[in-house]
Amino acid sequence: MTDLAPASPASPGGAGANHIRPRRGRLSLLSRRDKVVLGLMIGVPTFLDLVFIWLPTLASIGLSLTNWNGATALTAKNFVGLKNYQFLFTSYIPFWPAVAHNLIWLLFFVCVATPLGIFFAVLLDRELRGSVIYQNVFYLPVVLSLVIVGFIWELQYAPTDGFINGVLGRTGQDNLIDWLGNPAINIWAVVVAASWRHVGYIMVLYLAGLKSVDPGLREAAAIDGAGERQIFFRVVFPVMAPINVIIVVVTVIESLRAFDLAFIINQGTNGLELLSTLITNNSLSEASLIGFGSAIAVVLLTISLVPIVIFLTRVMRDQTA
Amino acid sequence: MSASMVATAAPAPPRRRVKRSRMALHAFLIVVCSIWIFPLLWAVYISLRPLGDTALHGDFSLPSTLNFQNFIDAWNQANLPYYYLNTLIVAVPAVAITLFLSSMLAFALTRAASRFNLFMLLLFTAGNLLPPQVIIVPLYTLYLHIPIPHPLSDNGILYDQYLGIILIHVVFQTGFCVFVLSNYMRTLPHELTEAAIVDGAGIATIYRHVILPLCRPALAALATLEFTFIYNDFFWALLLIETGSKRPITSALNNLQGQFFTNNNLLAAASLLVAIPTVIVYLIFRRQFVRGLTLGATKG
Repeated sequence: MTDLAPASPASPGGAGANHIRPRRGRLSLLSRRDKVVLGLMIGVPTFLDLVFIWLPTLASIGLSLTNWNGATALTAKNFVGLKNYQFLFTSYIPFWPAVAHNLIWLLFFVCVATPLGIFFAVLLDRELRGSVIYQNVFYLPVVLSLVIVGFIWELQYAPTDGFINGVLGRTGQDNLIDWLGNPAINIWAVVVAASWRHVGYIMVLYLAGLKSVDPGLREAAAIDGAGERQIFFRVVFPVMAPINVIIVVVTVIESLRAFDLAFIINQGTNGLELLSTLITNNSLSEASLIGFGSAIAVVLLTISLVPIVIFLTRVMRDQTA
Repeated sequence: MSASMVATAAPAPPRRRVKRSRMALHAFLIVVCSIWIFPLLWAVYISLRPLGDTALHGDFSLPSTLNFQNFIDAWNQANLPYYYLNTLIVAVPAVAITLFLSSMLAFALTRAASRFNLFMLLLFTAGNLLPPQVIIVPLYTLYLHIPIPHPLSDNGILYDQYLGIILIHVVFQTGFCVFVLSNYMRTLPHELTEAAIVDGAGIATIYRHVILPLCRPALAALATLEFTFIYNDFFWALLLIETGSKRPITSALNNLQGQFFTNNNLLAAASLLVAIPTVIVYLIFRRQFVRGLTLGATKG
């Protein structure tokens, strides 16, 4: 199939006598067969989406009100009301640290990684020899699996053999820095590794946005005597508002999804607790506290709804405009 | 002499000033890029050093010898080719089915602007944005209870099966692809479809012979991107595959860590071997790859 010519397909045999009918509305043009085809096109993916994403989402909310462990049948006796939440907020020791770690993750992304990605995009958004090479370097970590990112950074952070301690001369037993083992600092070490990947991602998104800005705007501002910094902050950045929203949403969602690095390093314990690892550990452990794990999942769901709703609002504005 | 030099240098023509700031920019970028790529280069360095060398002098030392023995050992001892194959068994059908389903859905939803179609688009987009951990508890239970007949499942259920992991990738990635493809399809001129309808073409024909060929660039971009996403997945395989020998390569790497890759050198070599396919895909299909990511963020 190499023909891009669009009007060649006509094989009227299958479509009945559609072309004889007057063109009233779109719907009137549909034969019964067309309706079945459309139904399947929408129905099959929707069925899968409902069964494997939305049903479990609703079930999480329901299960969070139970003390079910998955082994026995679920009965009315399992209903415990809001007890899981009460325990979660008041007595479950890793919960608030996990919230704090997710917040650290988010703040570091918002204040450091995302601005850095935007900064690199602005630097590379010009006729520059070797620009593609620079872009590839920044982008390379994004192509790697987080498992590999984790192992690569373990080589940097290792206490006696790692590069960082080697450079700092802190490999002796008395002055060694345990970057990934010390619960006071390991979340920062992991966020730096995560940023290594996040910066490239933001850079690519932002660069694409910058390329779509009308160059006439910049030229006009330059003629009016604006400097490069002024042009970016006063002209380009405001025009980029739609992309900026996406960047914010991506940043927040990536911080809420944070899981792989913490899990690979120590299963999300000892200073690396995150909401996502708490859910996984509680639900899939030997004890399989399904009801309790679901309560944490509902907390994560509730927080996630904020960026999701922001994003959907933007989509809606785009579609109806 | 020097005085006249200064005199001519002071009102430097703008071009030279531009050149100098260009030089500064290049210098800055070269420094930053060197820092950026360093962790990867360090992993390459460690992987090329024999264990005996690093055991004696520590990792942070100059090399006495460099060779590819760690790569050979990682490849053979842990049976890596087998796990690459596992990944292909999952990734190829998952990408194909995802693109098939999402292109049909996007086509159906962009035919007309209606409230229903907008709602459906929002439903899929929202589902794609959820952190996966939100749904894992019921999903896990669901996987244990959905019966699957024998040729497709060797234990009679969806859990611990290639089919199950293909399915969850399809479901999650369809949301993203529908979003991207519907953005793309909306930029196609409406007249093409109308003309085909006047010619008496049915819905299936229009999808197959009008819209799909026009979407080829977007589909190529998404195929590249989705293959990388699925190849890199760690979480779903961790959750939904129990048998070690069924794990795709990325999660197998973590699984084999203590068993086969017992030292940094071997682990670094294995990590790089696992990274190579996605890096190659990126370098060959760079344009498609970036396009796939940015199609979702910008229009067209």
